Amino acid sequence: MTSGAVTAGRRPPPAGRAHRLPALWLLLLAAALVVLAALSVAIGTRDVGLGDILAALGGRIETIAEAAVAMRIPRTLLALLAGGALGLAGAIMQGVTRNPLADPGILGVNMGASLAVVVGVAWFEIASAYAYIFTAILGAGAAAAFVYVIGSLGRGGATPLKLALAGAATSIAFSSLVIAVVLPRADIAGGIRAWQVGGVGGATFERIHPVLPFLAAGFVVALLSARKLNALALGDELAAGLGEHVAATRAIAAFAAILLCGATTAVCGPIAFVGLVVPHLCRLLAGSDHRWLLPFSALGGAGLLLAADIVGRIIARPAELDVGIVTAFIGAPFFIWIVRRQRVRDL
Amino acid sequence: MMSHTLTASALSAGYGERLVLDRLDFAVPPSRITVIVGANACGKSTLLRTMSRLLPASRGHVLLDGKSIHAMPSRELARTLGLLPQSPIAPEGITVADLVSRGRHPHHGVFSRWTRADDEAVAAALAATRTDTLSERPVDELSGGQRQRVWIAMALAQQTDVLLLDEPTTFLDINHQIEVLDLLTDLNQTRGTTIVMVLHDLNLAARYADHLVAMANGRLHVAGPPDAVLTEETVREVFGLDSRIITDPTSGRPVMLPIGRHRMLSDDAIESEAAP
Repeated sequence: MTSGAVTAGRRPPPAGRAHRLPALWLLLLAAALVVLAALSVAIGTRDVGLGDILAALGGRIETIAEAAVAMRIPRTLLALLAGGALGLAGAIMQGVTRNPLADPGILGVNMGASLAVVVGVAWFEIASAYAYIFTAILGAGAAAAFVYVIGSLGRGGATPLKLALAGAATSIAFSSLVIAVVLPRADIAGGIRAWQVGGVGGATFERIHPVLPFLAAGFVVALLSARKLNALALGDELAAGLGEHVAATRAIAAFAAILLCGATTAVCGPIAFVGLVVPHLCRLLAGSDHRWLLPFSALGGAGLLLAADIVGRIIARPAELDVGIVTAFIGAPFFIWIVRRQRVRDL
Repeated sequence: MMSHTLTASALSAGYGERLVLDRLDFAVPPSRITVIVGANACGKSTLLRTMSRLLPASRGHVLLDGKSIHAMPSRELARTLGLLPQSPIAPEGITVADLVSRGRHPHHGVFSRWTRADDEAVAAALAATRTDTLSERPVDELSGGQRQRVWIAMALAQQTDVLLLDEPTTFLDINHQIEVLDLLTDLNQTRGTTIVMVLHDLNLAARYADHLVAMANGRLHVAGPPDAVLTEETVREVFGLDSRIITDPTSGRPVMLPIGRHRMLSDDAIESEAAP
């Protein structure tokens, strides 16, 4: 080899071209969201006409049909926000732990938020929206820290395998604690159960409003950590060699995921599998670059949860199936598919 | 090309309470190839990890151009000192070009844009490692030798003047080992990159090193040009192995032949072999 070969650029740079395809998919995904949102407003247990929809969108609520449509608007918005938050949180958690099975549900974060809310309702009589949110975020953070500490014990620190095991065990323990707290309390059991299954059904603008700042902060911090997650994906040592503070990067990104999960769980209850399914599907379209993967996962999560909510309204007519149940039906087989398809690294 | 000095002074480091390095002094010759050898658990990887700041120093300092690397901003350090660890991870499905592009990481902040200089650095790194024809291939599909060339390309795209490598030839077939070591020598000769690496194979170490370092018990046992360092005495003291050292007729470098206990000719046969 000559010195010429070392310095000469022989072929056009690949970076620009490679990014055109994901950009196109991202636009299509956004377009699909608009269609889904329109369907979500139009479809429900009550059939409504186009005139009612337009009237309700215009703010007029005079007939029952118009009222039904008016209720679907905040519900659609909440499904979009919660799905986006969970999809993004899942992508972040998979990046932070380099674990393809990481998910706010599997790592115990959503259950931590749930347990905190249930304890708050049962023993401390929390009622206000902000109390729910703070309690849920605190619970999510405590669960994440607990799982991390348990997962770090022993040789080699917090490996993906130990984190997943610690998370799964913690999640199960927390869910039995939730039952233990709720069972003797007939007065709160009904409300807790409805909240716990995970739903966007009862959404109102008043309920959505308080979580917006938390979700916004979570979205911003998460999206800004994309580059750091790219470095982290190459292994802790190489990430450090590329000038990243590995521990700080993990902490910041995890904080964003906790904000997103905690705030979402406070409004909708724990919704499983969105954070697991969405980033995997998005990786097929966006590749492994987090600068694409994170926005993809946010839009994909929004789309999945909204679609699940629409399906839940249709298949059980005249009743409704909670969105958390629908996502579990989609997610559980998917989980098995990931485990079977992939050589799950370190597992 | 700047010549950087990298030195360790009275350096102690280890894991938890257990100190692996014991008040070690080490100066890396600028723009040369330094190879560290030693028995398992002698501290050679620990030395490399401490010199690249993966491990904190319990006592003493690692100085890059006279400044402690543990006090430098990490991005600034990563623009001068590159590291290729033993088992880096390639994200699933990533292409060669995308992986090599990640070597530009320390040259960017959160909001900075990809520039022509980045494109040129990546293209040059691909060309230098002859991975440019692979650039659109997924890394998962490559052979071990190709993959190692891609990782070295990534380290090259980082454009550091000092490059530390932890056993860059492990798990490679002998032809790929030579290919990787030749490539690193190209870099050293054409760019003046200071290279420090840990190698397991003593003969490859002696073959490719300008400066050979033998470690034992967390200290430098002996360091210098390969023919001064790779002696029967060193091999006995560092590895507890009897050996003979001959000269490689191709490179003129020393070659170590282990003696062991079996498969030996009788003394007469040895003499008659040596006679003609």
